[in-house]
Amino acid sequence: MRGKVIKGRIWVLKDRDGNMIDDIDTDMIFHNKYLYITDVSEMGKHALGNLEGWEDFPGKTEEGDIIIAGKNFGAGSSRQQAVDCFISLGIQAIVAESFGAIYKRNAINSGLAILECPCMDENVFKNEDIVSIDLETGSIKKDGTEIAGAKPMPDVQMDIYQAGNLFEYGKLTGRQQD
Amino acid sequence: MGKTIIEKIFQHHSSDEVRPGSVAWIDLDVRTARDFGGPNVVKHLRENYDGNYLADPEKTYFTFDLSVPAKTIKYAINQQVCRKFAGENRMNIFDVDAGIGTHVLVEKGIVIPGSTAVGTDSHYNILGAIGAFGQGMGDMDIAFAFKTGKTWFEVPETMKINVEGKYEWPATPRDLTFAVMEKLGSSGMLGMSAEYYGDAIDSLSLDGRITLASQTTEMGGIVTFIPPNDKVIDFISRRAGRAVKGTYADDNANYIKEVDVDVGGIEPMVASPSKPTNISPVSDIEGVEIDSVFIGSCTNGRYEDMLVAAKILKGKKVKKGVNLRITPATKEVWIKVINEGLVDIFANAGAVVFTNAGCGGCAEGMPGLVGEGEVELSTTNRNYKGKQGPGEIYLVSPATAAASAVKGYLTSPAEVAK
Repeated sequence: MRGKVIKGRIWVLKDRDGNMIDDIDTDMIFHNKYLYITDVSEMGKHALGNLEGWEDFPGKTEEGDIIIAGKNFGAGSSRQQAVDCFISLGIQAIVAESFGAIYKRNAINSGLAILECPCMDENVFKNEDIVSIDLETGSIKKDGTEIAGAKPMPDVQMDIYQAGNLFEYGKLTGRQQD
Repeated sequence: MGKTIIEKIFQHHSSDEVRPGSVAWIDLDVRTARDFGGPNVVKHLRENYDGNYLADPEKTYFTFDLSVPAKTIKYAINQQVCRKFAGENRMNIFDVDAGIGTHVLVEKGIVIPGSTAVGTDSHYNILGAIGAFGQGMGDMDIAFAFKTGKTWFEVPETMKINVEGKYEWPATPRDLTFAVMEKLGSSGMLGMSAEYYGDAIDSLSLDGRITLASQTTEMGGIVTFIPPNDKVIDFISRRAGRAVKGTYADDNANYIKEVDVDVGGIEPMVASPSKPTNISPVSDIEGVEIDSVFIGSCTNGRYEDMLVAAKILKGKKVKKGVNLRITPATKEVWIKVINEGLVDIFANAGAVVFTNAGCGGCAEGMPGLVGEGEVELSTTNRNYKGKQGPGEIYLVSPATAAASAVKGYLTSPAEVAK
């Protein structure tokens, strides 16, 4: 079973003026010119490759890091690669004010921890801070103090996350034999 | 309490309790993958299951519509992976000649009102144009759907959008769609289902309905339903070879919110770079000089779109220095454009490229891509920065696109044709 509290270094997706970037779409996350790639390990180097100011992200991130994003993160296409490129880099979780509907499904099914944190104050997050997140309650803490409260993971999401991904969840619950 | 359209469709396809917020397992009538998601679907199936990959091959399709025919060796390899898998598992395939998958499913009567369908296409909710539930998904979700014939959904809340008022040429259904998007913005239906009502909706043709439904994802919505009128029901019944019925909301259904959009007297509109909801009347920024024009995509690649472009281009030339690229949505549209003589009009208009059917510029290697500094008018669904190349993309109706191609700058169709 995967742990329900995670801890990691954060990257806050702001523009050069220090504002959160809303509506980051899947072509900014993983451009359509790389959609021929089917090997997850090859996807990480293209993550955020078309997001102005963040093209160097794959080089500076490390396994276990956490992404903090604004509204409607992952808007746009249905491509799984926009989730898998972060899994490829070992990103542990993404916290956003809100997610694109399809992106949210894809992330949940892939077992990437994503949390919605509506109305969050982005000023409490600074690049390379270390935070801990309780996936069950949504509490986000820095140095033991709560700095933001995300929505708790819904049951189905927690179940899939705990199983690993949708396929493993299906096998555990016998859904694929129905 | 009555049910909204999505609640009814889900309840018809599930033994779980269906209410907003609940998680229900839904039976899927149709499941498809495209040439981009498809190879990953095959990979997931092979890695996770030991044969017996498809719950029902008859209900399972590949629809190649992005790199058609394959523009690079890598895509050729990926498509062949899908073809081979389809043959081995006796599932259906619409190959590189067929056109946009969702449109083909409607034309062939495979998806009908009230049915449930999923595919690797974020504009799959276009199927709401005929009152069906369509949902775009990633390749993992679709692999699971291929294998099991079902998936989970968190039942969304439903909002109601009333679109009233009369508009006239040169405004078109695309401009009605812009008016709705201007009102709702990029996350106006985030995570929600929506239903369209009102006089302006009732009078939309099927092609116009497809245009409107195609922009659901750009407003953050899961799906939007346009309740089918008699014409749509007749069309689908003919195509399906049997009488179909629509699924409609109960009178006492519960909507989380209601939005009114007045389209009375709207002008042609444009979405400027780099957001589909960055909308203004064309007249506000008329005169922007352009290098290229693209007409096509799942949003505006129907026959009506081709026809309106042809009417404007008839007897006229595309401005020197501008090139116009036209891609019909499906083979059926492609054939009609040829048979009805539209292709002659395009050919005589000068710098026009008329291609085989497919998605067009939303994929690498296809018409509609823009180079550094290039300014394009496009009828596609998105103009996010860098999506179709480093140039700048303005989204417009086919009428505005064709008229502007003649003038060489962004202009209202009224300036070129009445």
